[in-house]
Amino acid sequence: MSDNSLRLVWIYPDLLSTYGDQGNALVVERRARQRGLDVTRVDVRSDQAVPTSGDIYLIGGGEDRPQRLAAERLRRDGGLNRAVSNGAIVFSVCAGYQILGHEFVNDLGEREGGLGLLDVISTRGEGERCVGDVLGDIDPHLGLPPLTGFENHQGITHLGPSARPFARVSLGRGNGTGDGTEGAYNDTVFGTYMHGPVLARNPLIADLLLKLALDVNALPPADDRWYEALRAERIAAATQPA
Amino acid sequence: MAGNTDPLSPRAKLAVTAGKAAAAVSRAAGRGSGSVIGGKVALRLDPDLLAALAQHLDVVLVSATNGKTTTTRLIAEALRASGPVVSNALGANMPAGITSALAGGSDAKYGVIEVDEKYLAGVARDTTPKAIALLNLSRDQLDRAAETRMLAEHWREGLAGTKAVVIANADDPLIVWAASSSPNVVWVAAGQEWKDDAWSCPACGGVMQRPGDDWFCGQCGFRRPAPSWALHGDHVLDPHGSAWPIHLQLPGRANRANAATSAAVAATFGVPPQVALERMYQVQAVAGRYDVVSFLGRDLRLLLAKNPAGWLETFSLIDPPPTPVILAVNARGADGTDTSWLWDVDYTRLAGHPIFVIGDRKLDLAVRLEVAGLDFRVCATADEAVQMAPPGRIEAIANYTSFQDLRRRVGN
Repeated sequence: MSDNSLRLVWIYPDLLSTYGDQGNALVVERRARQRGLDVTRVDVRSDQAVPTSGDIYLIGGGEDRPQRLAAERLRRDGGLNRAVSNGAIVFSVCAGYQILGHEFVNDLGEREGGLGLLDVISTRGEGERCVGDVLGDIDPHLGLPPLTGFENHQGITHLGPSARPFARVSLGRGNGTGDGTEGAYNDTVFGTYMHGPVLARNPLIADLLLKLALDVNALPPADDRWYEALRAERIAAATQPA
Repeated sequence: MAGNTDPLSPRAKLAVTAGKAAAAVSRAAGRGSGSVIGGKVALRLDPDLLAALAQHLDVVLVSATNGKTTTTRLIAEALRASGPVVSNALGANMPAGITSALAGGSDAKYGVIEVDEKYLAGVARDTTPKAIALLNLSRDQLDRAAETRMLAEHWREGLAGTKAVVIANADDPLIVWAASSSPNVVWVAAGQEWKDDAWSCPACGGVMQRPGDDWFCGQCGFRRPAPSWALHGDHVLDPHGSAWPIHLQLPGRANRANAATSAAVAATFGVPPQVALERMYQVQAVAGRYDVVSFLGRDLRLLLAKNPAGWLETFSLIDPPPTPVILAVNARGADGTDTSWLWDVDYTRLAGHPIFVIGDRKLDLAVRLEVAGLDFRVCATADEAVQMAPPGRIEAIANYTSFQDLRRRVGN
């Protein structure tokens, strides 16, 4: 990327933008602009080619049939895989997270191939949907404060050896595997079940994506007053008995 | 007693009496109108009671994500031109509340019934309606509700082959999908500002093309049906090509759309558009919505908006800047406990308005507005927000339980 510009790509808002996850794109865009970056946001509909020259790609959650359609179209398109091999950063949520793995269970109850960008495999849980506030600790290697979010899914995601758990939950189900892990990541690709939207609840994750894309260790400070107030309230609410 | 020739069975009568007694006890205990508890008691004693009560009525069902309470009220007013009406006017729209409302209207000719989206197919089976009005479907309370497209699918299956005339919005692809399994549909071009739940074809999953007001699937033949009624600006166009002006007291495009649909429903019962519309003009507020109240020496207009589509329609009806706006958001059970939907609302539409934020989840809203680049103030209470607001009538937009909180506080 050139010095001062950032290309932000929002994948398939027509299929995977059902749970407010476009907030993630709004937060990244806002925080990049506040740091003086010249941001170009590209919303790619599922009948359009995924550009391969983006710096950060965001994918949100969606319902079961749109998830299958999105996986079919992304596999056929191939652009996201090329972008990742070019070094792009990808941040995905819920249905989008499952699509980035090797496979998931689709709306027809069949195994559906994913993009293989994260070393995870997802199945569907038998029990109740996981719905509610989540609290956890993000992998210490990433140097981020506690994770807060809202989950609403029935998936179970198993991590392979080259994916690291993004967080460990103290409240909520996360990956649904019973081991307390939540999400997965490798050097450039991230996945989580968290809505909220997760980057509005955790703006320093947005900053991490920016730092990775810009290849810098630090960003100028932003005014985080309202984010901090929201985080404190949600974390307090999650730790108080209902 | 219009049309009421078959008396209720002894069991049904007992159930009605027991239900009324339970409702009276509930009211006496200060727990609201008691209509839901009354209906539950009655339905437990006689599970067929709803069908028995509906048997004597010409039933109209109204369902949608947004506008069902208002449209139910408008249709009820219009049909009163032709006979007595019983209606669940306060929005108790599940089977117990509906049963309770119908039990209170033994001399009515018409039953005009708002139905919760999830219960439409079942209530349509029980009440054998003459007409069903379907207005719109969009995302709402996704932490506890069915997927929006699945709801359309459920309606489609439940209404297949219905004997009712279905009066449906031709501008909402999900509504068209739901209604087009019915043999007798009257299409109304009622509009739908919110489009983000219908970019994917409900029939085949193809990407929807939406040039201007038209829409069609790029892959299969699914497309917008030709409407016989239409909302056109401030007029309703009827199937004969006559344009009838709409002079509602209720504000906004969405309510003109509700009036257009209501006129089409009334026409199926022989009430002419002019007569129907005139009667709708009497309505100035519906369950507190759109009411202008005086509070702390200021005028407040109370506006309910529960989901992204509702907020979008509300933004288009408020007075222009510099009118002050109070935004109130809660996330209690009845609201849905996930606030992520705030990010599907385009708050940049409020640029130029002084904005005051209240409610249990004011901090979620604060972050949302900060990211939208808007100036706003977070206030502890409605009182504080009203006192801080610059002069002029205040528009207060609230989601479900925060709307109830606000009504209580301002004494409405």
